[in-house]
Amino acid sequence: MTATPTSTSTSTEPAVNQPDPANPSAPPALRMVDVRKVYGSGDGEVVALDHAELEVARDEIVALVGPSGSGKTTLCSIAGGLLHATDGAVEVDGRDITHLSPSELTDFRRSSVGFVFQTVNLVPFLTARENLLVVNELGGRRNRNGSRARARADQLLEELGLADRAGNLPSQLSGGQRQRVAIGRALMNDPALVLFDEPTSALDSKLGDQVVHLIREEMKARGTSAIIVTHDDRITHYADRTVHIEDGRIQA
Amino acid sequence: MKLALRELRRRPGRFVTATAVLTVLAILLMFLGGLLDGLLAGSTGAYRAQRADLIVYSSTARESLVRSRIDSTVRAAVEAVPGVEAVGGLGSVQLGARQADDPTSRDLLSTALLGYELAPRGLPATPPAAGTVIADSTLKADGVAVGDTLLLGPVRTPVEVVGFVDDTGYSGQASLWGSLETWRSVTAANRPDRTFADDSVAALVVQVDGDAAAVADAVDRATDGATATLTIDEAIEALPGVAQQRSTFNQIIGVTAVIALVVVGLFFALITVERTPLYGILKAIGGSSATLFGGVVAQAVAIALVASFLGAGASLALDAAIPPGTLPFQVTPSRLVTNVALLVLAAVAGCAFSLRRVLRIDPAAAIGAAS
Repeated sequence: MTATPTSTSTSTEPAVNQPDPANPSAPPALRMVDVRKVYGSGDGEVVALDHAELEVARDEIVALVGPSGSGKTTLCSIAGGLLHATDGAVEVDGRDITHLSPSELTDFRRSSVGFVFQTVNLVPFLTARENLLVVNELGGRRNRNGSRARARADQLLEELGLADRAGNLPSQLSGGQRQRVAIGRALMNDPALVLFDEPTSALDSKLGDQVVHLIREEMKARGTSAIIVTHDDRITHYADRTVHIEDGRIQA
Repeated sequence: MKLALRELRRRPGRFVTATAVLTVLAILLMFLGGLLDGLLAGSTGAYRAQRADLIVYSSTARESLVRSRIDSTVRAAVEAVPGVEAVGGLGSVQLGARQADDPTSRDLLSTALLGYELAPRGLPATPPAAGTVIADSTLKADGVAVGDTLLLGPVRTPVEVVGFVDDTGYSGQASLWGSLETWRSVTAANRPDRTFADDSVAALVVQVDGDAAAVADAVDRATDGATATLTIDEAIEALPGVAQQRSTFNQIIGVTAVIALVVVGLFFALITVERTPLYGILKAIGGSSATLFGGVVAQAVAIALVASFLGAGASLALDAAIPPGTLPFQVTPSRLVTNVALLVLAAVAGCAFSLRRVLRIDPAAAIGAAS
């Protein structure tokens, strides 16, 4: 498969991007202002993220690159509402999530961001279609728009080329198909931001290329922003921008 | 919840072991409950059948029909108490019985001859004629039929069976219901040390209008302490062995329920450990701890219900298979419902072992960012 990047990524671009030209008043998909994340205290204090500033515009795909322990996963977790920042402010799609309670963060994650994890991690006893619907079901009584969710799941599976695999369990799918189901699950709640945690690390070179190509297509088709955490240089070619992080600091 | 139930449906094999162990425990619970109910039914039927509110013993009887004796003076005092509507004499004597067509048999039937005035449930208002009795239907299993003559006690006093009545066992013995006259004559013949005059009975059963406990106190006051009056429920509990049987069986049932709780607890604690990565993912994509723990509880309740259903089925099958009169085993809807509730409660409580672990799963672990 041939890579189809829309712009060249560099490691020296500023971390703050321009607003969406189609809708200049719309807030960016992600805005992190002076974010710090510190684990432990006193002599045992570890600074995982140090005064990080990052803005991801709508429709933008950012590759987040850095060595192990550089803080990229921490940044991604704070952006996705999995962790609280120690200091600083985080806005996703214009909503300040800095001080949300754990239950508010749970609702936020279910409704406003998508995740694709390193090892896919589909629910093994659910079919491809049910793995998409699980996002809706986790909302319990608060999410009773079942028919709308089913229609969306079917539409996503169709668009991801998995319509004929909707009834298959993950064990009956190939690695690439499973990754596509995971992408579909991340898109179920129509998020402003999708976070990909090393999506190609478990795939061979050819399949990894296909998956990243698919990610770009799907994100761009929906105008959804994405941050892709990666070690893989191939991915940076598909991103609109590459952000480097080292020792918890975003490189300007 | 739907997620958890789907897992049960799609991966039943994962839950077979826990379901099997719980089913064994459910069968044990049902069996113990059935035995307890059977024993209690065989001991208390004669009292439960009373259409009365109170039983009046003599105060020296230590709440036992065997030791009690009430004469006409005391009876008159009882009848005069406000709130007392009707009074009937009651007498009992426990004797071995032989069937007349096999008088040399060494196999004695355990029987208790009870004389009555106020008809208990299932018995005619006018007691059977002298020398005739209505027998508890458990005696049918011993071959006793209407028209048979039973020879009671060492003197082998004959009484003719003229009918049957259900569920009137007394102290584990089959009851024979006759008139006070029949009871007095059989007692006099076989227990010369415990004869009753024509105006004496062993105890009185009393129907009251109003608060039974208050009337009971009034009765004992009216007789100057010559009587000890109990409500029917108190009298049942005071029957020899009843409280002890109930306490012993309830303790065994309680221990069985605790074992069920531990089985469920350990099983789901292990399953939760195994599911930790999956729960991390589900929390990361918006699943709350309450939703995930609710799934664990739903699975535990479902397993407990399946085990209860199988246990209840086995219990009913056992009840149908046991020949009448051979084993004091009785299946009652209330016992089945109680045992199901107990198992479900144990299952829910067992899940509490997993609650802390579910709460502690950090969604950030899903992308390796947990602190």
